[in-house]
Amino acid sequence: MIRLFTCVLALVASATHAETLRLAVTTSFHNAGLAEILLPAIAEDTAIEVQLLVVGTGQALRLGEAGDVDAILVHARTSEEAFIAAGHGTHRREIMYNDFVLIGPRADPAAIALAPTAGDALARIARTESIFVSRGDDSGTHQMERALWERAQSAPGGDWYRSVGAGMGAALNTAAAMDAYVLSDRASWLNFGNKAGLELLFSGDPVLFNQYAYIPVNPARHPHVKHELAQQLEQWLTGADAAQLINGYTINGTPLFTFNAQTRD
Amino acid sequence: MVTPVLPLTMSGAVVKRRSKIVLGPVDLTIGGQGLTIVLGPNGAGKTTLLRALHGLERLAQGDTVWQVPLDQARARQGFVFQSPIMLRRSVLDNLTYPLRLNGMAKPEAAQMARGWAARVGLDRALEQPAPQLSGGEQQKLALARALITAPEIVFLDEPCASLDGRATREIETILLAAHASGTRIVMATHDIGQAKRLATEVVFMMRGAIVENGPAAAFFASPKTPQAAALLRGDIVE
Amino acid sequence: MGDIWEGLASGFWLVVTLDPDLVAITLMSLRVTVTATLIASCIALPFGAWLAIRRFRHRRLVIAVLNALMGLPPVVVGLIVYLLFSRSGPFGVLGLLFTPTAMIIAQVIIIAPLIASIAHQAMRDLWADYHDLLISMSASKWQRVKTLIWDGRRALLTAALAGFGRAIGEVGAIMIVGGNIDNATRVLTTAIALETGKGDFARALGLGFVLIGLAVTVNIVIHTVGRTEREGKW
Repeated sequence: MIRLFTCVLALVASATHAETLRLAVTTSFHNAGLAEILLPAIAEDTAIEVQLLVVGTGQALRLGEAGDVDAILVHARTSEEAFIAAGHGTHRREIMYNDFVLIGPRADPAAIALAPTAGDALARIARTESIFVSRGDDSGTHQMERALWERAQSAPGGDWYRSVGAGMGAALNTAAAMDAYVLSDRASWLNFGNKAGLELLFSGDPVLFNQYAYIPVNPARHPHVKHELAQQLEQWLTGADAAQLINGYTINGTPLFTFNAQTRD
Repeated sequence: MVTPVLPLTMSGAVVKRRSKIVLGPVDLTIGGQGLTIVLGPNGAGKTTLLRALHGLERLAQGDTVWQVPLDQARARQGFVFQSPIMLRRSVLDNLTYPLRLNGMAKPEAAQMARGWAARVGLDRALEQPAPQLSGGEQQKLALARALITAPEIVFLDEPCASLDGRATREIETILLAAHASGTRIVMATHDIGQAKRLATEVVFMMRGAIVENGPAAAFFASPKTPQAAALLRGDIVE
Repeated sequence: MGDIWEGLASGFWLVVTLDPDLVAITLMSLRVTVTATLIASCIALPFGAWLAIRRFRHRRLVIAVLNALMGLPPVVVGLIVYLLFSRSGPFGVLGLLFTPTAMIIAQVIIIAPLIASIAHQAMRDLWADYHDLLISMSASKWQRVKTLIWDGRRALLTAALAGFGRAIGEVGAIMIVGGNIDNATRVLTTAIALETGKGDFARALGLGFVLIGLAVTVNIVIHTVGRTEREGKW
């Protein structure tokens, strides 16, 4: 029996020897499926094996703060700036953006499809007390949602507001089960496999703009982080190859991301 | 010549359970020869007496003295429990177990175990799991396992209590053979017939105390106490 | 119902086509959980046996604590192990976070009390059974322990298998300390959580069936090798 175990161990213990870099990314980025296109290209061009930690923005920032990852790629500007100000990261580099969309039941009881702005759409949901599922996990999406409620000039609460404290996929699953409204990034929505009676009802307001930024963890704080690799990766992410892959990525023919990194030389 | 462990002397021995006396005070000497039957009704303290003699009970008062130090004496005794304790192993492994404990080599122990298995009629069950044997077979195995180390004295606590006539006769035959070859035997029973068939000495107990103690012939011919007389007549004694 | 059939079909195809991702994930699951079970058994089985045989002052308290620890919430264990092994934590210099080693450590903490408790119960019953006989045969302390472990080996194996069963299906702790990194620390349970999050229920369920199949297979193989269920009482 012990021989059997040793066999199994030997089989799985084949370690990889490429240089690895740990990058904390948000669930929404990962759910978009872009990583599956970018990572092999990164490995090929730079010989960096990027290990993705797929977490909420809140946890991603904590991982960076603790020095448990080498860089982060998130989308919550205010938190990112606070992160830099506190000295946890060296700088913030914008890479690309996609957008948020409002999802809801096909019947659209709050009639948000007719709303002129995203803020007004949420106000309609609050007024009709239609069920709304919130991520409630301090993620970038959640932060965007809170900003929108401020624009709507209404404080969400009450029976109809369901904070699930979970990732995008789980929140979408919950919304599908309850025929509820939910704020999602476009990519997660397009890739989501369990749409049930839900539909994309509102999008296009510039406030729904979702900027992804890359932040290398500060090596002065955490001497063990692979800062050079993180810089190499930044170089690649802001380069022409990345631009082509990011802009060219589509789901069902819909482009998702717009590359907007500024070249610095 | 090795010093014999016997005679064994128990003096002023008291066993308590939850501060209640269940045995004693007992004064008893077990000499070098013979087959002692401990007689008495249920609850008389027969089991406790045997366990105390063997050293399985802590004495609240008094002591037990062997002719050799206690740790040596223990290895030269055997004990057969009323409901046999079977090791969860094969018959063969149950028999070799006490030999292996004493450091005997495996092939030698197996050889001896086969001999004893044959003697108690278990030679065809050598590889069977001991816990799967019938009650009579288990008790025969327990007896063989107690005798295999050639102890100088064996205690048996009502070994035939739940056995049928045939199994009882087989056990008695083995016991008599062991006795004939010089093993000292002390056995508890409440079966008068069995006592009459086997005993050379009788210890008669009531309510945790020894009431009579002497040669078997005298006990059966003329019991000194009315309780013993009543027991021998076949009356119910409590 | 449709989802379940799709899940079964998906699981079936994953297995028959020997999907390379599935193989890697499954081997990682086995590597982490088998190692954790072996380590936890080495600690917990002797400890359980020792608890059954030895009498000491706070024995009851120790047993009560052990039984309470059986219900340790994996997420809490995961969080504590994360904080200990984070670069900012006391063992951060070891750089073990987000490695299989960290996952093994978390699983050992989760299953060791369970294994020890089951082993203790089995050994206690066996010791109650054997006590008088072994004392009567004047077996030494070491001989008693050896006898108990040998004769109770099937019960001890069952204890270890219970630990394996809890570890292989555990997700909360290893998600936190392992990070569910593709090709590095992704195991069956975290992969299932991921696919569920994506709303790909069929693939999630397929992986779930593979997990159940794996757990059942390991149990059958071990019981067959150990001949536990074949010979009744012993």
